Amino acid sequence: MIAKQTNQKAWFMVLPVFLVVAFSAVIPLMTVVNYSFQDTFGNNQFFWVGIDWFKDLMHSERFHDAFLRQLLFSGIILMIEVPLGIFIALAMPKKGWGVPVCLISMALPLLIPWNVVGTIWQIFGRVDIGLLGHSLASLGFDYNYTQEPIAAWITIIVMDVWHWTSLVVLLAYAGLCSIPDAYYQAAKIDGASRLSVFRYIQLPKMQRVLLIAILLRFMDSFMIYTEPFVITGGGPGNSTTFMSIDLVKMAIGQFDLGPAAAMSLVYFLVILLLSWVFYTVMSNIGEESSNGGA
Amino acid sequence: MANITLKEIAHSYTGYSDNPDDYALKKLNLTWRDGGAYALLGPSGCGKTTLLNIISGLLTPTSGQVLFNDEDVTHLPTEKRNIAQIFQFPVIYDTMTVFQNLAFPLKNRGRTKTEIEPRVIQLANMLGLEKDLYTKAQHLTADAKQKISLGRGLIRQSVNAILFDEPLTVIDPQLKWELRSQLKYLHKQFGFTMIYVTHDQTEALTFADEVIVMYEGEIVQVGTPEALFERPAHTFVGYFIGSPGMNIAPCELHGNRAVIEGHEITLDCSYREQPASAKVEVGIRPEYLSLAGPGQAGLPVKIVKVDDIGRHKIARVALNSREFHVVMPELASMTGDQASLIFDTAHTNIYVNDHLIAGEQP
Amino acid sequence: MRWKWLIPAIYIVFLLLPIYWLVNMSLKNNDEILSIFSLWPQNLTFDNYRVIFTDSSWYSGYINSMIYVSINVLISVTFALPAAYAFSRYSFVGDKHLFFWLLTNRMAPPAVFALPFFQLYSSIGLFDTHIAVAIAHCLFNLPLAVWILEGFMSGIPKEIDETAFVDGYSWIRFFIKIFIPNIASGIGVTAFFCFMFSWVELLLARTLTAVNAKPISAIMTRTVSASGLDWGVLAAAGVLTILPGVLVIWFVRNHIAKGFALGRV
Repeated sequence: MIAKQTNQKAWFMVLPVFLVVAFSAVIPLMTVVNYSFQDTFGNNQFFWVGIDWFKDLMHSERFHDAFLRQLLFSGIILMIEVPLGIFIALAMPKKGWGVPVCLISMALPLLIPWNVVGTIWQIFGRVDIGLLGHSLASLGFDYNYTQEPIAAWITIIVMDVWHWTSLVVLLAYAGLCSIPDAYYQAAKIDGASRLSVFRYIQLPKMQRVLLIAILLRFMDSFMIYTEPFVITGGGPGNSTTFMSIDLVKMAIGQFDLGPAAAMSLVYFLVILLLSWVFYTVMSNIGEESSNGGA
Repeated sequence: MANITLKEIAHSYTGYSDNPDDYALKKLNLTWRDGGAYALLGPSGCGKTTLLNIISGLLTPTSGQVLFNDEDVTHLPTEKRNIAQIFQFPVIYDTMTVFQNLAFPLKNRGRTKTEIEPRVIQLANMLGLEKDLYTKAQHLTADAKQKISLGRGLIRQSVNAILFDEPLTVIDPQLKWELRSQLKYLHKQFGFTMIYVTHDQTEALTFADEVIVMYEGEIVQVGTPEALFERPAHTFVGYFIGSPGMNIAPCELHGNRAVIEGHEITLDCSYREQPASAKVEVGIRPEYLSLAGPGQAGLPVKIVKVDDIGRHKIARVALNSREFHVVMPELASMTGDQASLIFDTAHTNIYVNDHLIAGEQP
Repeated sequence: MRWKWLIPAIYIVFLLLPIYWLVNMSLKNNDEILSIFSLWPQNLTFDNYRVIFTDSSWYSGYINSMIYVSINVLISVTFALPAAYAFSRYSFVGDKHLFFWLLTNRMAPPAVFALPFFQLYSSIGLFDTHIAVAIAHCLFNLPLAVWILEGFMSGIPKEIDETAFVDGYSWIRFFIKIFIPNIASGIGVTAFFCFMFSWVELLLARTLTAVNAKPISAIMTRTVSASGLDWGVLAAAGVLTILPGVLVIWFVRNHIAKGFALGRV
């Protein structure tokens, strides 16, 4: 393979992308940074307050609550969706008419606008007009997601599992399909049990795609806004007010620019940091059993 | 250890069919003696891997039986057949060390640590892996990994046969020789039945006591390397074995005379008249042709090119438009571009419809 | 494991059930929904769909969404192509850092950008336009497009480029006539994902629009907060938003399979 040639003119090719993303990212971020260090008397007059907003944020109980809620949510999501996704991918057919049927029907929830996902579950969970709500009520459960925090949490979690597990399934399936038959044949000859096949052949080979899946699900679940907003609006009370919902309430609802800006920066940094940690930890687990020698 | 018999085996990947073209393996019978070293030789797609997978149980044949020492194992699953199979590319368990890889088949069959450890160490020593015993298998080179695959195949003492599916494909040429020798050494040590599938004739001929040549799903010849070389039963065998392969030219056959490109040679035997529609060809190896100066006894040929291979030369000559390869001794030289082609009639074969036919002594 | 097929089967039923319920509701009128609970419509009606197709405050939503999504896909793919080529073929000052920075934008919470975008686009007079949403979505779609395309392009040997240049092709002609056909399935995968992420996004699309470019997602959520909610029409609107997704999957199903096989996504 010819090595990449060094060519500074390549910057021209990259320029359009760079400009658009810079416009979309850098300029807004600069305004956010700007607001985070200032306060206003109104009438567009600002004065410098240093890191006051950040100090407030660190002590803010509201922020702590939203942050912990978010961590709990993302943690539960990862713990359900990743094993479930792998489990389903292992059970999917490798060839035949079942393959396109599976792929297409599993891709469907991924393509539904997020507010419609919210609407679907908002309706589905209602006791009067929704299949789920009605069935649970007739079975004797006291299920009301608009008033019961536990019910609200369960509804949102089930909704997210419904919405996004397919992503894990499809990625894991792609990883599984790349394993040559000879590995399974050798395992048969070696007398390996089903569990051993999973542990020593399938899981190691799926590592790379699983890393992508886990990173994506972590990031997206940490940023979740639309679906819980549609179903519960953050309620009952603020039991389902995750970080994005809280932030938008502050920024656009209450127009508290300073605190919102400070929270935005901390939020973004937290995601970057946690993603980096995840990525490093997982690729190190990968490094130990891959790469290295000749 | 067992004799392996294949009885009336045929296989079609599309299931039972009346159309012979659907069959990747046409009907065949074969017996592998316990402890023998066999090679399955043939071009890609001739059915050798199919045959191997039927023996190991990874494939169930459409018809026929597989017998291990007279016991019908046709429907016995792979893990119960006590077979080892080595594949084209190294198949190792990435997350395990070399030791764990080698120990794996024994662990799965419930052997204790005291039984496993000495055996693994012994095998690792034989294969030259003792230095890397506790390294993660994934970090090693391709040939070391293939040795691990090999080791996993040999680790079980009660193995019925070891099947090799072109195992040296990914190995560097200089290491191929070393691994081949090691395989032969291991065969002498352990005495397993070894069946070695390859499309490389050098590997087949050096490894095996007996070679089975396959072509398009059929066995065309079974024999020792010498037999395959001297009396190929099929034009394909003649062409495939030997470097360069056998020269094959259409001829007209009349008793003990063969007419090639309008020139006549006298054969050692007499042959029956063949039907007009039959394809009649003469086959002779380049080693059994020689060249003399122009105008001498022999067929008049034009020298097209002479390649010096080192230990000998290969001349390409043309009789009219038909080309022949001739092996010439190293020091021979030809002047001019005309020569006479001399047939060693003791090693000249006649093929009708690709099959060798025997003649009658005059 | 003869019952293995049950697992994906149960999962697929789980996935399709809520969608089925939505379709079920879309075919009933609001009164029936609120009074009778049934697994299928007692009085099948297409009235809800008729409302959407005739009331411009509804169907304009779909049109607006389609417009900005198409613009976004066009911009994303067009701009990403040369950039991905540059990353794939050349090394230049800051290339690794640039690539990484692009990817971090995918990790940016839209919530952080909601207010700044609002102020930014208002200040340049692009508030409530399709182009605003299209460009806003480029924040996460452009890095994604570059990432996916770079993967596909790296799979094409550089020798092909060299041969074309030796043969006298100008760079543009080479790119259009030779290179692009080779990565057609990659472009398909990229367009699919750009379409997907832009079509489904609500927060930014709603923040940046008011009347003229209001996407269907905003119209539906507006309906939620109003009183006198018509569930039937809402359900019908929802069903209609799923259709483009179904069509897109259908058309690119072969490209997706190939794209997965190449292992990039």
